[in-house]
Amino acid sequence: MNAVLGIARRHTLVRSLGLLAAGAIVLLLITSAISDYNNLQLAYGAYYFAALAGLTMLAGVSGQISLGHGALMAVGAYTVCLLIGNEGWALIPALVASVLVAAAVGVPLGAAASRLRGPYLAGATLAFAVGLPALADRFPATFGGENGLVINPPTPPASLGANFSLEHWEAWIACAGALLVMFVLYNLIHSGSGRSLRAVRDDEIAAAVCGLSVGRMQAAAFVVSAGCAGLGGGLLAVVAQLATPGAFPLSLSLALLVGVVLGGLGSLVGAIWGAALLVLLPNWTNDLAHSFSLSEKVSANLPLAIYGVVLIGAMLMWPSGIQGGVRALTAWARGARSRRSLPGEPPRPPEAAHDPPAAR
Amino acid sequence: MLVVEELTTDYGAVRALDNASFQVQEGTITAVLGANGAGKTTLLRTISGLVRPTCGKVHLDGESITRMPVEDIVRRGLAHVPEGRGVIGELTVAENLRLGGLFRHHEAMPLEEIYELFPRLEERRTQPASRLSGGERQMLSIGRALASRPRALLLDEPSLGLAPLLVAQIMGLIRKLADTLGLAVVLVEQNARSALSIADRGVVLNLGHVVADQAPAELAADERLRRAYLGF
Amino acid sequence: MTKFIDLTLSGISDGAIYAAVALSLVLIWRATRIVNFAQGAMLMITTFIAYAVISSGASYVVGFVVALLSGLLLGAVIERVLIRRVEDAPPLNAVIVTLGLYTLLVAVAGMIWGNTPKSFPAAFSLQGYKVGGTRLLFTPNDTFIVLVVIGVALGLAVLFRFTTLGLQMRAAAFRPEVARLLGVRVGRMFTLGWAFAALAGSVAGVLVAPSVFLGPNSFDPILIGGFVAAVLGGLDSPPGAVVGGLVLGVALSYVAGYEGSSLVPLAGLLILVAVLMVRPTGMFSATKERRV
Repeated sequence: MNAVLGIARRHTLVRSLGLLAAGAIVLLLITSAISDYNNLQLAYGAYYFAALAGLTMLAGVSGQISLGHGALMAVGAYTVCLLIGNEGWALIPALVASVLVAAAVGVPLGAAASRLRGPYLAGATLAFAVGLPALADRFPATFGGENGLVINPPTPPASLGANFSLEHWEAWIACAGALLVMFVLYNLIHSGSGRSLRAVRDDEIAAAVCGLSVGRMQAAAFVVSAGCAGLGGGLLAVVAQLATPGAFPLSLSLALLVGVVLGGLGSLVGAIWGAALLVLLPNWTNDLAHSFSLSEKVSANLPLAIYGVVLIGAMLMWPSGIQGGVRALTAWARGARSRRSLPGEPPRPPEAAHDPPAAR
Repeated sequence: MLVVEELTTDYGAVRALDNASFQVQEGTITAVLGANGAGKTTLLRTISGLVRPTCGKVHLDGESITRMPVEDIVRRGLAHVPEGRGVIGELTVAENLRLGGLFRHHEAMPLEEIYELFPRLEERRTQPASRLSGGERQMLSIGRALASRPRALLLDEPSLGLAPLLVAQIMGLIRKLADTLGLAVVLVEQNARSALSIADRGVVLNLGHVVADQAPAELAADERLRRAYLGF
Repeated sequence: MTKFIDLTLSGISDGAIYAAVALSLVLIWRATRIVNFAQGAMLMITTFIAYAVISSGASYVVGFVVALLSGLLLGAVIERVLIRRVEDAPPLNAVIVTLGLYTLLVAVAGMIWGNTPKSFPAAFSLQGYKVGGTRLLFTPNDTFIVLVVIGVALGLAVLFRFTTLGLQMRAAAFRPEVARLLGVRVGRMFTLGWAFAALAGSVAGVLVAPSVFLGPNSFDPILIGGFVAAVLGGLDSPPGAVVGGLVLGVALSYVAGYEGSSLVPLAGLLILVAVLMVRPTGMFSATKERRV
């Protein structure tokens, strides 16, 4: 047993396979136990996770901001709808295609990203997020204009029995996608490439002097995260059975960014928190609004107001996000003292996931 | 007169300055020496208020300036020329100088006087400060400090990056200013030899402690001290 | 030919609005190194306040002045209360806080004034000038817009270049620690920076309100246009913001006129990317690209 743990500690691949198996089992059990409504919510969370994980890797490990990942999800969603709806493709090939097409769109974006810094990158991706959905209006024949594209719901295979609900099946599909993204990114982050990305993030010039090709690494990171967002969008299309411009507004890209920051930049576990937040927070605020009988104007806007207050409050009180808060709590519990950086040093970028101790 | 009493500064768990005490009389130069990381810059930053001390006191002409905000300390007549000179590159030479005297209003040294001391600055007065050479920037930062007619002047490694001839000129200038203007000067330097050549007193720091506080001649004579902390 | 003139002139008028918003974003970026995603919502609130004042019987001028004053106040309060806490944090924290502020302000506006867009009076006639026999689309109100924005830009330029306060603000923006060592109260300068930026934004809000109608989300496209214009011109260049705004306004006007308005966002993206490919830090930026 010790030998196995020893191997797991040293080899990322073995460890990630173990985590993958464990995750699959846990999710299997959960999805069987919860209601259809909750399974649907789980599916929502899973496809958000796919996009969030890619974005948190991009922002935290590679140090690049993107305000356009909502539009990349749209690319994945429309790809799936076009392939399944118009061309009659099967589920898995269509999802694979959603990854590839979004990654392909990510290539020129990534090339641009590698040349742009901070707010300039934010500006370019912002323009992309707003500009891309407008294509649906420009080519209404292909993209269905404002109404978008619709596909049939995915039918559970007969082998699972007649009582296997649609929501249960959708949860399985989405969670499978999420687990795959988790597996791939975990291996990426803890590999040599991950360390190189962090080196580039921390000091480009030093990294280049060490022989890392900065532009290519940053572009590659962008492409990978675009693929993840594409998968997220493809899964969204499968779960919602549609793709419309209205489902991918600018606020989605902003919400993704919020989820990443609140969960903790660069942290895959944080992406889980972020996904949970993105699914649950709107529900909670809506419920809250309904439990007080308020005027129409106030109750309609209350969820939004609460969302805003939560964002501001969370950032002011937990600057390193929820995962940072968790890490700080565990460190405090262990009695470790936090080290502050010396003045005169450049401000440190937020802590990303390091080669892990046990808790991930 | 500048008095530093048992000054201690921590950065988190790291004690950068430990119980440092010394005095600087008007019209004298105290050189603060030591290896990299000895705490010299921390000392200056604590005196001028950029950093809060954990304990200890600083007095300027009898008035306690410990824990005062930087902006207030500076307005009371203490000027700090930071490491790297702190010249604001995007502003012109004249604008940098104007900033120096801004808060002393009528008491500020008029620009003409500063140009008399540094004719090269007058030549370049409308140019952005980023275009100046290293030596010219040093003159600008010192001129800017003088504009506020300070009683105490803190200089952090003025010789950094300058050619030896320029270093000698700058050191000569500092000595002249201390004598003619009656400034209490704290001169932090890694170039111990050139600093000691103009100083009235030498304070050696190691790992935040004061390990020596003597006249320059005595410091130079103590071979063990010289080799251990001063590098020559 | 008339169409071309119409498009150019209306592009200049739109561009003036983008320029004003871009100016406010640039001022905040220069002072505190933060992109203020809440700028559109802030100017929306001040415009609503002006609306409330005008609706209760006051004249347009009073409403305009109230908008400016509430802009100054709002900018100062937001910097002091909220932004001060994230100025030293990683940049994404400030992004989230401003996004949260945007969400909150939109919601509050909806709660107070409702979500149905309201009409806002224009300062001058909305009937186009008559040149020769043709009636242009460019109106006296458009002239007012352009003149006011140019006036604001010039006023800010004079403030920064020629006054002591402006000198302090620039010093605080470029090298805050050095400025502190010179006695500048840097915190106060940051607050003032946000106040003046919000002032510029309020101007844009009141000027553009008649054409977009006043609702909690009406100014979102304006913010995006202003942001793109600011990036185009270079985030640390106020003149760049003005030029960027005008160029963007005219270019997008041509796209809308000749290709249809649905392509406008995409055209904006292409212009942005084209400029940034050639000069990654914007057209007028002083900072050089870091070449490794």
